[in-house]
Amino acid sequence: MSEAMDITVTVNGEVFQKTIEPRLLLSDFIRHELNLSGTHVGCEHGVCGACTILFDGMPVRSCLMFAVQADGHEIRTVEDLGTMENLHPLQEAFQEAHALQCGFCTSGFLMSILPVLEGTTDLSEEDLKRAMEGNLCRCTGYQHIRDAVQLAAEKMSSGSES
Amino acid sequence: MKPAPFEYIAPTTVEEALGHLAEYGYDAKILAGGQSLIPMMNFRLAQPSVLVDLNKLAELSFIRSEKDGELRIGAMTRHFQVERDDLVAEHAPLIHEAMPKIATPQIRSRGTFGGSIAHADPAAELTTICVALDGRFRCQSARGERWVPAQDFFLGMFTSVLEPDEMLVEIAIPPMAPRTGWALEEAARRAHDFALVGVGAVVTLDAKDCCERARLVFFSVGDGPVEAVKATEMLIGKEVSPDLIRAAAEAVTDELDPSADIHASVQYRLHLARVLARRALEKAFARAAAPGTQAA
Repeated sequence: MSEAMDITVTVNGEVFQKTIEPRLLLSDFIRHELNLSGTHVGCEHGVCGACTILFDGMPVRSCLMFAVQADGHEIRTVEDLGTMENLHPLQEAFQEAHALQCGFCTSGFLMSILPVLEGTTDLSEEDLKRAMEGNLCRCTGYQHIRDAVQLAAEKMSSGSES
Repeated sequence: MKPAPFEYIAPTTVEEALGHLAEYGYDAKILAGGQSLIPMMNFRLAQPSVLVDLNKLAELSFIRSEKDGELRIGAMTRHFQVERDDLVAEHAPLIHEAMPKIATPQIRSRGTFGGSIAHADPAAELTTICVALDGRFRCQSARGERWVPAQDFFLGMFTSVLEPDEMLVEIAIPPMAPRTGWALEEAARRAHDFALVGVGAVVTLDAKDCCERARLVFFSVGDGPVEAVKATEMLIGKEVSPDLIRAAAEAVTDELDPSADIHASVQYRLHLARVLARRALEKAFARAAAPGTQAA
């Protein structure tokens, strides 16, 4: 039972071929097999949102998928955003608006909000709240995160105009 | 918090999937969106020895309407697809309105319409809504297929009429009669928590503005969707007034038997049920009476 399986996954534009057990969670695959530790594991049962990644462009909880299900699919993780020297506008906004303290939830928030802002930067107050409703933060009280999303929307909309 | 080992099978046709279910029976578990099953596996509350993953069954992902206006949703259609679909918004506005209330965006990216129903969680919106809308479910096995009315589908907590070799493949929602209104009301401690109490209402007015039909179906108050039949009977044939709605809403208490937990006492749940029933009926009747909301 539980025979190892070969999978091919594109992560942040790079193709990986791995042999894994079917029970390996996608979150653990990303962290332990690919050594991409930016994706965090909080509750491991789909409540906290810290492990959010983009799966074929959609935000999903990577702790609620098996790595074997990612075979042939495309994943983006927080490592696909900016670098330390050249932050993504969304990351810049989080820094400038003080949207994190301990930072454990941050990569999940970023990956939840990213597809929303890549869709539209014209967000109502309701849209702002909806963009972050699937993630828990125990430090900030959310107001600074909300402000960061708004700031990021401004940055990204002016960026797309220039 | 790691799942126990299992054998993983990912069929590419429904026929193939049904063959695996016939072969493995109770040892197999169907993996749809996995947003309820995988947490249970992570906790090892569920330890299936064989997992039959339906995610490659593109044939079960569709939304279409039949000639008579009946809406058909494939079991593997994901929540976000239902949420954004114009046909659903037009033919089943109650479903359209409910979708954003189901879990979180990340869960809706992955979770499926059929999976939520087959899981038969007593706190789920979709099970209740399908009962309130007189939905039907197409269940298939290698032995054949059958259509089961939503109100006969749920047997108890996380239990449905589905046999171990059977799977839910399609959901049918009949067209709404003219002058039909709907509402979904729920109370939760935080947005996206499971509801402490929730209720779906679907009402139809006749030409004289009297109540012709009314369904009031609750979730999170029992082992599955719970319909308040006697309370809605009070409305039938009557001219609708705030007093009548209030009386019907008060009467739901007699038909509900919720349990207490750490979040809410029995009395509090019953209080919520009365208040939410009143709000849902008010909203539903207002929608039914509004001109132009219903094309025939």
